[in-house]
Amino acid sequence: MAGPSGACHHGPPGISARRRRAPTATEVPQRPASSAVLVRSRDNRVLLGVAGGLGERLGVDPVLIRVAFAVLAVSGGAGILLYLLAWAFSTEPDADQARERPIRRPAARQAIALGLVVLGSLLLLREIGLWFGDRIVWPIALAAAGSAIIWARSDDRDRARWPRLSGNPIEALFTGRVGLIRILVGGLLVASGLGLGFANTGPDLAAAADALAGVAITLIGLGLIFGPWATRMASQLAEERRGRIRSEARAEMAAHLHDSVLHTLALIQRTDASPEVVGLARRQERELRAWLYRAPVPPEGRLRPAVEEIATRVEQRHNVPVDVVVVGDAPLDDAGRALVDACQEAAFNAARHSGAPLVSVYVEVEPDELTGFVRDEGKGFDPEAVPTDRRGIADSIRGRIRRHGGSVTIVSSPGEGTEVQLRLPRSQSS
Amino acid sequence: MIRVFLVDDHHFFLSGLRAELGAEFEIVGEAGEVDAAVDGIRRTRPDVVLLDVHLPGGGGRAVLEAVRQTDQEIRFLALSVSDAAEDVIGVIRAGARGYVTKTISPPDLAAAIRRVQGGDAVFSPRLAGFVLDAFHGDLTGVVDPELDQLTTREREVLRHIARGFTYKEVARRLHLSVKTVETHVSSVLRKLQLSSRHELTRWASDRRLV
Repeated sequence: MAGPSGACHHGPPGISARRRRAPTATEVPQRPASSAVLVRSRDNRVLLGVAGGLGERLGVDPVLIRVAFAVLAVSGGAGILLYLLAWAFSTEPDADQARERPIRRPAARQAIALGLVVLGSLLLLREIGLWFGDRIVWPIALAAAGSAIIWARSDDRDRARWPRLSGNPIEALFTGRVGLIRILVGGLLVASGLGLGFANTGPDLAAAADALAGVAITLIGLGLIFGPWATRMASQLAEERRGRIRSEARAEMAAHLHDSVLHTLALIQRTDASPEVVGLARRQERELRAWLYRAPVPPEGRLRPAVEEIATRVEQRHNVPVDVVVVGDAPLDDAGRALVDACQEAAFNAARHSGAPLVSVYVEVEPDELTGFVRDEGKGFDPEAVPTDRRGIADSIRGRIRRHGGSVTIVSSPGEGTEVQLRLPRSQSS
Repeated sequence: MIRVFLVDDHHFFLSGLRAELGAEFEIVGEAGEVDAAVDGIRRTRPDVVLLDVHLPGGGGRAVLEAVRQTDQEIRFLALSVSDAAEDVIGVIRAGARGYVTKTISPPDLAAAIRRVQGGDAVFSPRLAGFVLDAFHGDLTGVVDPELDQLTTREREVLRHIARGFTYKEVARRLHLSVKTVETHVSSVLRKLQLSSRHELTRWASDRRLV
């Protein structure tokens, strides 16, 4: 089961050379993955990736396939023959394809089916006579099955809970949700297999060095129990290293963009360039910064990004910069949506009518309410004597907020700028 | 005349600054990387250093840490194209008395330099927002309530700054003197630099990642 894990990253030289060839115009751009009988696995291989490929194809944990090959191998070498045949009829994966296809979760039904197939094959081979003898095959089959049960890949949810690399084999054993049961059953099978093997061989070796046989069997047992942990550890390390290289490359690119492009955009904003150019530079800067500093997974349905988006919309439509500050965050529920819409309307209004060079939006999530402030330092107006067009907008903001049990205050006077203050109770559900 | 030292590795930006500030301030030197900046600042002993956050050789933070070991009274105003929280909080905690983005208008920059020279803190709306965010919510793990919490008044002042009001407007709206507003902001700055709140230490340590 253990193989050189270093082989993982380098295919045979001929194959990588073939892949490196530049595609010609007539070439079919992408070979469909399903056209090959079997595609060997690139990321999940111990020897040549055959078991990994079969596992991906059948939706069975590759560990089980490996065990099946191993058990059949001791049945007169049938497993080795099958492995080589499978290798001969399979193809090397393309670099990108392998990554796109996630390893499917092993279904218990498929694992049982595989077990039955192996059992059937064993019985068949026994009938034919391709057989090293009951004393050898059955104990090994038992021990191997036990090992497979212990080491079958835990399901995705369990794997997500693995904190990082599990550095401790015992700890790694117990991380699965059903880990304990699995270990008990598996351990029992391994033990009975080894016990059977020992009992069987014992009398024959009585005259010889019994101790030596005992040591050998113990070593095999340890190998069966901890070997898979070692290989999984190696593949986890490789995956970690790939991830680190990717994130380092990204950080380097971010630093470069930061130093060059962001600076240029900042410089343009300080010049006497036309308002359109300055506005364009500002939007580009905002977009680039959002990309550079975004969270790895953009949060869906959160209040904060929804408020931050107001700036982009207002700048696009009216070419007036908007300073957005958000304190705290909350799920974007109905109340949050109403607050965002009202803030946006107020910001549009300020950008259109106030003549101010900047609009400020401030939103804070407090334990029991959401507050929003939209402010400009523009010409202002007398809230008691507003022109009818403004009255309409103020009413629509008021209506929106009041429907959710909130309140709106508009503070303004001629020459003093305007601030729209919004308060909304938070929904009970959140 | 206030003596100013410029640290920035972007020559265009540097020459722009020199042109803008030259009339009002005495530019005593400039540097484009950490070691040269530390040497130059120690030699010229300016009143205020305008410090780019991102610099080859360790960033603005390295300059701050080196200079503040020998010269405590030199004041720093951080200048950054990024207003990412970790960048900003990182330099403030290392000892800068404020931060502005590079898109700031020349008159606002001049006002910020004067404010820092006078010993006050310069908080942009966004920095005020960061601080409110960092001192927001739960108090678990708070070691020193004096340093790890904001008073109601400080919070109110910061909220107004975050809403876009100038210090003068904040003072008028809260019926305080400008001096009192400045005192509150300086006290927030001190808490920001010395607090051991989890959010702040995390920001400060993540700072070296990008």
